[in-house]
Formats: sequence, structure tokens, C-alpha cells
Amino acid sequence: MSDKKEKLLQVENLTMRFGAKGRQNTVIHNVSFDIAEGETFGLVGESGSGKSTIGRCILGLYEPCGGTIRFRGDTLKPGEMRREIQMIFQDPMASLNPRKKVGDIVGAGLDIHKMYKSREERSERIGAMLERVGLSRVQADRYPAQFSGGQRQRVGIARALIMEPQLIVADECIAALDASIQAQIVNLIRQIQRETGTSFLFISHDLSMVRYLSDRIGVLHRGFLLEQGEPGEIFANPVHPYTRNLLASIPSPNPIIQFHPETHYDYETSGIVYENGTWHKTGDSDTHQVLCTNEEYEKWGIGK
Amino acid sequence: MADKAEIMLEIKGLDISFRSAGEMFHSIRGVNLVLRRGETLAIVGESGSGKSVTMKAAMGILPDNARINAGSILYRPEPGSEPVDLLKASPKWLRDNIRGKSIAMVFQDPMTSLNPTMTIGNQLIAAIRAHEKVSRKEAADRAVTLLEEVGITEPERRMRQYPHEFSGGMRQRIVIAIALSCNPSLLICDEPTTALDVTIQDRILELIVSLQQKRSLSVIYITHNLGVVARVADYVNVMYAGKIIETGTIFDVFYDPRHPYTWGLLSAIPDDASGEELYSIPGTPPVLSKEPAGDAFAPRNPYALEIDFKEEPPMFRVSETHYAATWLLDERAPKVERPKALNDRIEKMKKEAAEYVR
Ligand SMILES: Nc1ncnc2c1ncn2[C@@H]1O[C@H](COP(=O)(O)OP(=O)(O)OP(=O)(O)O)[C@@H](O)[C@H]1O
Ligand SMILES: Nc1ncnc2c1ncn2[C@@H]1O[C@H](COP(=O)(O)OP(=O)(O)OP(=O)(O)O)[C@@H](O)[C@H]1O
Ligand SMILES: [Mg+2]
Ligand SMILES: [Mg+2]
Repeated sequence: MSDKKEKLLQVENLTMRFGAKGRQNTVIHNVSFDIAEGETFGLVGESGSGKSTIGRCILGLYEPCGGTIRFRGDTLKPGEMRREIQMIFQDPMASLNPRKKVGDIVGAGLDIHKMYKSREERSERIGAMLERVGLSRVQADRYPAQFSGGQRQRVGIARALIMEPQLIVADECIAALDASIQAQIVNLIRQIQRETGTSFLFISHDLSMVRYLSDRIGVLHRGFLLEQGEPGEIFANPVHPYTRNLLASIPSPNPIIQFHPETHYDYETSGIVYENGTWHKTGDSDTHQVLCTNEEYEKWGIGK
Repeated sequence: MADKAEIMLEIKGLDISFRSAGEMFHSIRGVNLVLRRGETLAIVGESGSGKSVTMKAAMGILPDNARINAGSILYRPEPGSEPVDLLKASPKWLRDNIRGKSIAMVFQDPMTSLNPTMTIGNQLIAAIRAHEKVSRKEAADRAVTLLEEVGITEPERRMRQYPHEFSGGMRQRIVIAIALSCNPSLLICDEPTTALDVTIQDRILELIVSLQQKRSLSVIYITHNLGVVARVADYVNVMYAGKIIETGTIFDVFYDPRHPYTWGLLSAIPDDASGEELYSIPGTPPVLSKEPAGDAFAPRNPYALEIDFKEEPPMFRVSETHYAATWLLDERAPKVERPKALNDRIEKMKKEAAEYVR
């Protein structure tokens, strides 16, 4: 998409089905997108639309049923896990083993991949990483219960970062935190990105955060990627009826101003068949694209 | 915002400690809260400030290592009935009459409230039949309608699936459907829509509002999303370190916040203009294994006065509906302005609101 920077991740025609043979349910339909080096791609969309499933396919936790995922040009084997691709989980409480010291949690990946030569090197790297994410070295000997929600989320970030990943999949990693700690974590993500050029796939329902953090945004519905573009483009000029409905539903922190979408978007009655759509540029740029038919392109007044 | 509806829930001086790793943590340090029938009250605040624990106390589901030091939770199940202290009620009475009956609760983590080995259809049917003598068939029909109401498509097929076959947000909607199936008088929602996208969230909020009108349901809504608070709540309580530090109508708190912690929280919401660092409150929350000297927020409070480090501020009255626990409201305190960025934002919101109303 952006040709200035090299593509780090290329997802092409990703397809995923669940269920026993005969009554399979396709949850990801031919999804394609890419993420450049140092870029944050925000993935938004209805719950159940397949965001986590896409993330899990990229991480190698699910074997895709079709399509290819390329990382630095190499095609990942289905289910292949790469040290360079790491994940930050949603629930900082549930994702940390309560009986392990935080230092060992952060160092677990180092142990698995034998990424050190001596005990000293190991503890040095863990200590440095804790400081990196705004914790202190002495906290390596403490247990998760002794940390606050925001601090635990920092531990989760440290655990991912210590593997020196080039891509981090962050699936709802700030949802459970209060606004101030969310801001703290988002600032930390941006700082890390500036310093290391790590790319992020940022999955979130919080559209104002996605807008703030992402270089580009993809809108997913029922397993189809419907629209993608830069935050300014998507927010100023949403094209797909689903995207428009999504943006109209964001609650405003201004009590008197509460817009509601006039009608709820209903795929069944919308007359739109996602299978028939192809990618169309919206005209205002190369980055802003929408999945639709030629008729819909005219009808939605995209070309103007 | 019914003026003088009857008080249905009143929490007075709630004080709870936890024993953990051989130490006592004083997690709830005197919570007071009033909910009138038919109203929606939101609780916001720091992660770990005690929002969930307060509600768990009301439901009688505190973990074993919790100790209630003081307080009462007076609850009136029916309009006009005598209030009952839920903290003194027997576990059996709470189970038979309150939990999942008169008071329904939607928890933060939906997985903990679903049975992984039972199809969600059977779970819904069981929940419905636990409260009403209806046939299996009738309960199944009701279950399908409820699933539709919370926005689950193809409900008939979904009834036959197990929890792990649903996405996080879909599970949460099922939990909401189960909570609503028992026709509660009070619905306590603990981060019910965090896992949901905004369109479904909007539908669930609308559903709750319409139920409120139909059956004068009261709602306590715990959330970190200040947009959701602005949309659904009548009143807001802001919690910090086991205390409610500011309380008022949503207009009081969003347009005229008085506590520096509330200032910080409102400042952290991302603005439309991106690019800059987001504001976040400096420092870390206190560890409540020892009593904070003075105001628990003082060490992180850029506006702290000398007295903040010595003595806890009481609740000061701003107006009939609006109270805040900060020494800045004491008549002897120096005049302190809200941070400029926040003031600008509030002025902008007020201006937008004025135009919107016109
Ligand atoms: N292990 C599984 N077995 C069967 N179906 C699954 C499985 N995992 C996911 N699904 C289905 O795939 C679809 C997409 O789920 P996914 O978890 O990717 O959604 P999501 O977009 O992450 O939603 P949320 O925002 O609620 O987390 C859903 O219909 C879900 O029921
Ligand atoms: N089982 C427990 N054992 C020990 N301490 C606990 C336990 N449950 C809660 N606490 C402590 O009580 C305090 C309040 O927790 P609570 O879950 O009510 O926070 P919260 O305000 O709901 O936070 P969040 O917004 O993150 O959900 C926290 O400091 C927490 O560590
Ligand atoms: Mg998900
Ligand atoms: Mg909680």
C-alpha cells in the first residue's frame, strides 16, 4: 500500500472455516491487506467479524484454510510461529501466570528460544526490558498480583518486546483499562515504535483510539474486509454503509450530544452481497479503498 | 431523571479489606452511594479502585479472602417494601431471592458466567425456567427472541453451539441475554460492552434503555468508556483508591468536574486532533497495604495542597447533586484553575452542545 516503506506483512486471500466437514462455517473470506515496516494497521469491526481469527492466523495459532501470509516476502507455513511476530493479550490479569515471578514471565520467550548465554545476560535483558516499559528492575522478583492493571499490561508488552519482534499483534490490549492508563499504554506503544520501528496490528473496538494510533485502518464485517484507508480518510469520508453506521454509533463524551445512527445497518436487507464486491479506489487517494460492485460504486456516489 | 423516586439501593460506609500474601489490603475505604428506582448510575475510575468489589459485596459474592469491616447495603426489592441489609442477609436468602432474580449482574469476563460444557441454548432455557414455570418449548422461543434482541444473528443455529464457538463479544451478549431473562429490578453491568463494537454496544444500550422504560429497571453501569457514561447514565460516581471522590449528574461531572483525578481522567480521552502525546496521570496508584497519609491521590496530584498530605478531604458540596472530595473546594483553599487544555475542551463541548440543542 504505502510504497515508501517495505511491506513487512502481506496477507493475501486469507480464508478460514470452522466446524466439522459438511457443516463448515466460513468466518474469513479472502481477506487481503498488508502492513509496512513501522506501520500500525488498525483492524476494526463488529464483534464476531473475525478480527481475532485473522490475528491468530498471522501468529500461527490457527492454520488458515486458504490464502497466503507472507512475512518479509517469505510465505509462512500454515501454523508456523515466528519469533519476529509476537502478541499482546487483552486481559493482563488472565494472561499472566499468577504463580510465576514477573521476571520469569518476561523472560519465558528467551528461555524457549535460548536467547542468552549466561544467567547474568538473561537477568540483564529482563531488567533492561522492564525499565524500557516503565517498570523497575526490582519488580522482576514480584508476582503479578502485586501489580496494577496498567503495570500488568506493561508486563505483557515487555514479554512480547523482549523477543525483538518486528510485528506485534495487539488484540484489544487496552480495553480493560481506565482512560488514563489506556493513554499511558498507547503513548508507550508509540514510543516503542519510534525507537524500534516495530509494526503493529492493532485490534480494537475503541475507534477513537484506533484513529489516534493507526497509520491505516481496515474495516471488517462478517469476515470480509470492506474498506481500508488512512484514519483521516475513513473518518472524514466513510464510504461503505457499514463503515458509516459504525462511525455514527461512537458514543460521544459530551452528554448533550448523542448521535444515533438513524437506522441500524442490516446486511440481510441491505441488498449488498459482499461476495460480489471488488476493490475500488475512492478517488480521493490511493490508500482509501472500498469493496463494492460497480453499481454500488455509482450508487454510493464514490467517484462523484 | 425522576426527581424524587424512591431510593432502591443505598450503600453506606462500605469498608472491605483483602488478605493476600499474608498482608491486609484496605481496598474499599468507605463507599457511600444512592440509587433511586428507574435511574442509571455509572461508576468510573482507576483500574483497581474497587468498582467490581463494591458490586460483588452487594451481590454477596465476595471471595473468601475478603473481610467486610463496616457498612451496610440497604436494598428495597419491591417499590414501597422495607429495605433489607444485603450484608446481613443469609447466603440462602440472597441466592433464592436476590442474585440472578431481583438483581442481575453482567460480569467483566463473560467466560466466568457461562458453562463451557453446555450449549448456550440450554443455558438460556435453564435460566428462564429457573424463574418462571414455562414449558421448555416456550422457554426456547423466548431464548431465541432474547438472542435476537441482543443482536445475535441466526439464533436458532447459535442455540446449539457451545461458548468456545463464539467470539468474545458474542459471549458477552449471551450473558446479557441471560441476565435480562429473569426480569430483574436492578441490573448491574460491570464493563458489559467493553468487548463489543460500537454498533452492537449502541443496540445493547438502547435495549437497556427501552427495558428501563418498560419495567422501571434500575441500572448500575461500571465502565471505563466515558462516552458510554455520557450516553446512558443519569449520575456518575468517580472512584479512586477505594473511595468515591466525585459524584454528580453527568452534566455536573462532564461540564464542571471539580476533583483533580476527574480532571486527569477526562483529559486522557483522545481528542479528534491526534499527533500529540495523550495526557496520562503521572505516577502509579497507591498500594493499600498501609493507610495513605492524607488524600490517597495527593502524591500524583499536581494541585495537591499541604493539607492533602496530612488529612483526608471530606466530601464538599458543590451543588445539591454535585459533591467532590478535594481540599481545593475548602473555602480556605487558594483558587486553582482546571488545566487549560481540559477547560478548552469543556468550553468546546458546551459550545457544540449549545449548537446541537438549537
Ligand atoms: N475455535 C472456534 N470454533 C468455532 N468457531 C469459531 C472459533 N473461533 C472463532 N469462531 C467463530 O469465528 C467468528 C469470528 O470470531 P473472532 O473471535 O475472530 O471474532 P472477533 O472479530 O475477534 O470478535 P470480538 O470483537 O467479539 O472479539 C465468530 O463467528 C466465531 O463464532
Ligand atoms: N480476590 C482478591 N484478593 C485480593 N485482592 C483483591 C481481590 N479482588 C480484588 N482485590 C483488590 O481489590 C481492589 C479493587 O479491585 P476491583 O476488582 O474492585 O477493581 P476495579 O475498580 O473493578 O478495577 P478494574 O477497572 O480494573 O476492573 C484491587 O486493588 C484488587 O487488587
Ligand atoms: Mg476478538
Ligand atoms: Mg472491575
